[in-house]
Amino acid sequence: MDITTLLERFKNGDRRALARAITWVENGTPEAAELVRATFPDTGRAHVIGITGPPGAGKSTLVDRVAARFRKLGKSVGIVAVDPTSPFSGGAILGDRIRMQRTLADPGVFMRSLASRGHLGGISIATGDVVSLLDAFGFDVIIVETVGAGQSEVEIMGLAHTTCVVLIPGMGDDVQAIKAGILEIGDVFGVNKADRDGADRTVMEIEMMLDLGHMGEGGINRWPADAGAGAGAGGPQPGAAAMQRLDRAGHHSAEEAAGTADSPRSASAHAAERHGTANPGDISWRPPVTKTVAKDDQGVEALVERMNEHLQFLRETGRWEQLKHRDAAAKLRELITARVVRIMMERAGSAGDLERLTNAVADRSTDPYSAVDEVLRKHLGR
Amino acid sequence: MERKLRVLVAKLGLDAHDRGAKVVARAYRDAGFEVIYTGIYQRPEQVAEAAIQEDVDVLAVSSLAGAHATLVPQLVEILKAQGVDDLLVLAGGVIPEEDIPTLKAAGVAEVFGPGADLDEIIRFTRENVKRV
Ligand SMILES: Nc1nc2c(ncn2[C@@H]2O[C@H](COP(=O)(O)OP(=O)(O)OP(=O)(O)O)[C@@H](O)[C@H]2O)c(=O)[nH]1
Ligand SMILES: [Mg+2]
Repeated sequence: MDITTLLERFKNGDRRALARAITWVENGTPEAAELVRATFPDTGRAHVIGITGPPGAGKSTLVDRVAARFRKLGKSVGIVAVDPTSPFSGGAILGDRIRMQRTLADPGVFMRSLASRGHLGGISIATGDVVSLLDAFGFDVIIVETVGAGQSEVEIMGLAHTTCVVLIPGMGDDVQAIKAGILEIGDVFGVNKADRDGADRTVMEIEMMLDLGHMGEGGINRWPADAGAGAGAGGPQPGAAAMQRLDRAGHHSAEEAAGTADSPRSASAHAAERHGTANPGDISWRPPVTKTVAKDDQGVEALVERMNEHLQFLRETGRWEQLKHRDAAAKLRELITARVVRIMMERAGSAGDLERLTNAVADRSTDPYSAVDEVLRKHLGR
Repeated sequence: MERKLRVLVAKLGLDAHDRGAKVVARAYRDAGFEVIYTGIYQRPEQVAEAAIQEDVDVLAVSSLAGAHATLVPQLVEILKAQGVDDLLVLAGGVIPEEDIPTLKAAGVAEVFGPGADLDEIIRFTRENVKRV
């Protein structure tokens, strides 16, 4: 298949073309850049949701149910799941489809497994571009399941609009989980396997940690009130219904989070009732905690509601636009870095400087800093 | 760098044994393949859709309970109908000698029995992948 045919079929909604496009992007083939270029104008519409958490927490099972719930709400869903590449063989076993059988039978769902290919941080290098392709293809919601390491999946924050951290009972009191920084990256929390003992306690402990961070300095909240003030000032006002609920008692119990609350709350109400302010730019987001039993499809409606509220929060407060800026800046930096490195290595390599200086550093006749200074002076004119 | 080869290891039919499939999956991984493993109880339509979405180079399908005679040809037909023509299809499991020609005629490149040498499966796969 050549790229013109592929793009034509992609734009006509051909799933095989989408699948092949993903392969090209993942492999960094010469056509990959052209694919991203040609599909970029159609991106920026999907709600990208990251699902992260320790191995075996039930992420894939939850993705299956969450996707099914979004389908019920009339949304099409693209799923990307990343599993680790073996450092020994370079191969990988990608097993997340096993737990997604239910939703994968639905033609409104498309799922792709990716190997991390040596990249740490929970996703692979190409995951961002794969999400872009799914976005351009027209999926309303894109769910990204990270490698289950439970430690260093911060990169998902840079890719998702809404990051959902999945924990299980018996972890909340584990200081490691908190140390590992997993609480800092969540916009919504799911305590899965709530059929097990200790779920309420885990919810309470997470709530406590979140409140500590929310109120203290250097807080856990990634959207403190002032962060969105600039962009939010020009943003739309929260809906009337949301505003009316602002004076509701701001008690946030585990039961409420688990979906037994009587009325659905808007994102801004949810946030503002904790913060006591009506200026959208001043509204902060306190991550909600929801109990789920993914295997029995319990609590999933509530969890999806919290995800939608977070999206609404992002939109109402101008943070959605801020995120687009952030993504654009990050992407540019990434591409500039990659290209400049390649250009410099090529120039220094073909001029023989790379080899000469490598030897010089190795035998200590120069130091690495001076060597790099020399390369930049000669090949970059500075 | 060499292109990563992707293989879908799938089980067709209703038997609950997937030990053989898992052994093959691990052998592929250890040979550097990216293996999509979908578990048991798969219908041909599901396997075909997974092969398409995952854009695999190889489809290694196993069946123990006699499903091969009907389900494997069905699977190959579905893929053909969708225009998939660059996929290497392999079959494994307990398949009687006399059924092999039928499977090959249906588009299965090779059939590996329960005692098949894993290295041989890997070698055959590498040499016969259709996509460049
Ligand atoms: N008791 C209980 N088990 C569950 C629940 N949800 C999932 N499981 C089980 O937990 C196991 C792991 O589920 P997965 O969905 O594969 O977990 P995962 O987090 O995606 O795992 P990795 O991708 O390997 O990190 C499976 O056996 C599931 O059936 C739940 O709510 N309660
Ligand atoms: Mg998983």
